[in-house]
Amino acid sequence: MLKKRIAATVVVRDGIVVQSIGFEKYLPVGKPDIAIEFLNQWGVDEIILIDISATKNNTGPQFDVIREVSKKGFVPLTVGGGVSNIEQIRELMNCGADKISINKAAIHNKALITEAAHIFGNQCVVVSLDAIKIDGKYKVYDYILRKHLDIEVFSFAKEAERLGAGEILINSVDRDGSYLGFDIELMNEICAVVNIPVIAAGGAKNANDFIEVFSKTKVSAASAANFFNFFEHSVNITKAKINKEINIRLETFADYKDAEFDSDIRLKKKADDVLESMLYLKIEKEII
Amino acid sequence: MIKQPSIVIIDYGVGNTQSVANAIKFLGYKNVKISCDFNDIENADALILPGVGAFEEAIQNIKKRNLVEILNYQVLDLKKPILGICVGMQLLATYSEENGKHEGLNWIKGEVKKLNLSREFSVPHVGWNDVIIKSKDPLFTKNTDLSNFYFDHSFYFDCYDEQNVIAYCDYDIKVTAAVQKGNIFGVQFHPEKSHNNGLKMFRDFINSIS
Repeated sequence: MLKKRIAATVVVRDGIVVQSIGFEKYLPVGKPDIAIEFLNQWGVDEIILIDISATKNNTGPQFDVIREVSKKGFVPLTVGGGVSNIEQIRELMNCGADKISINKAAIHNKALITEAAHIFGNQCVVVSLDAIKIDGKYKVYDYILRKHLDIEVFSFAKEAERLGAGEILINSVDRDGSYLGFDIELMNEICAVVNIPVIAAGGAKNANDFIEVFSKTKVSAASAANFFNFFEHSVNITKAKINKEINIRLETFADYKDAEFDSDIRLKKKADDVLESMLYLKIEKEII
Repeated sequence: MIKQPSIVIIDYGVGNTQSVANAIKFLGYKNVKISCDFNDIENADALILPGVGAFEEAIQNIKKRNLVEILNYQVLDLKKPILGICVGMQLLATYSEENGKHEGLNWIKGEVKKLNLSREFSVPHVGWNDVIIKSKDPLFTKNTDLSNFYFDHSFYFDCYDEQNVIAYCDYDIKVTAAVQKGNIFGVQFHPEKSHNNGLKMFRDFINSIS
């Protein structure tokens, strides 16, 4: 059976991974290749690397960064930020990207979606939409202009599918960095209008938010950025908790399958006799 | 010191060659080339035909680089091991119906068809799916049955001879996950993006040739 995917979004700004809050504030986290090495080791299902400075600085994608990070990650890598033409997509694929996320260019140059899908296959084309709720309606948000556009999110998503997009990455601007959980209403409406996989983003605080979005909506994947960056084994611990209720992939060596969690989804200490029995346990290194 | 096998990842302009090279190098193999040079292909111990993209573009690029003849000779006559990945696997088929009817390499008889599934199954088929392994040796000796691999495709390989299907997964229909016919291997999923399970499969493939 197809598993729900737990994706990690790595937001890069001027070459540094940052924590994004409401598309306005950015806190530095560290180097992209190190972030990706850890996320990979901890068994994340997919990595979405978004360079938020590329379009703004007019630099286009940072190919060197992608070339380096792709040596550290053996899970699918979606790259976005500053992608505006076919040659850039080709070069990103050569650097090790698997899918390309198009945001700004999808709005202003719809032909790019179709052309990219025709050359690289529609599975390669992820259309990324930033949605903001204005007077009860979801509109497309322009992160460069810092305001919403007069484009309705659901009709745009449907149009993107028709033009050849293989997946929709939908980010809630209202929830971005808020830790309030995914926007369930937004996700349900998107899933109702498109037949391609939907990746939910924006607002995840912990495993419970993933469980909620997977049980209340039909999204294929959900992504978190911020909270994966801040504690050891964040991905496999989160996945162990989600796995108790949702069918996901949990195949890391340290799988925390027998772990117990407190109400804040923090690991509970194991009983003393369990810890004692582990004292002399030899753990064989997994050799591939 | 055991001689390292020479592996050539065929560069035909649409594959994600770098990802495949990264994964194989990660396993410690140094003799890995991304190339479409005839000499390199002739001197290789094994070939990998990667793939991301549309069938038509892929087969046309192979033809444009005049690779059909040399590949036919290396694979069919000299029996050099080859592993097709994703679209690279679909290229092994007789023909594909993606964006019109296009002929493939016709090494494993069958056709590449659109995934026509019920409404609740999204297409493309994207994500990690359990793979049911019919034949463990040689490609899946290190993986257990129902191991997860990463898929991303809208078309699937419908083999005429069921014997050639060595693994499949369940996504509304039985989707061919891996094929084999002698020295010719193909996988629909992306081993280079299937975390440790994918690395294990590459190890199996390379172990089987050396």
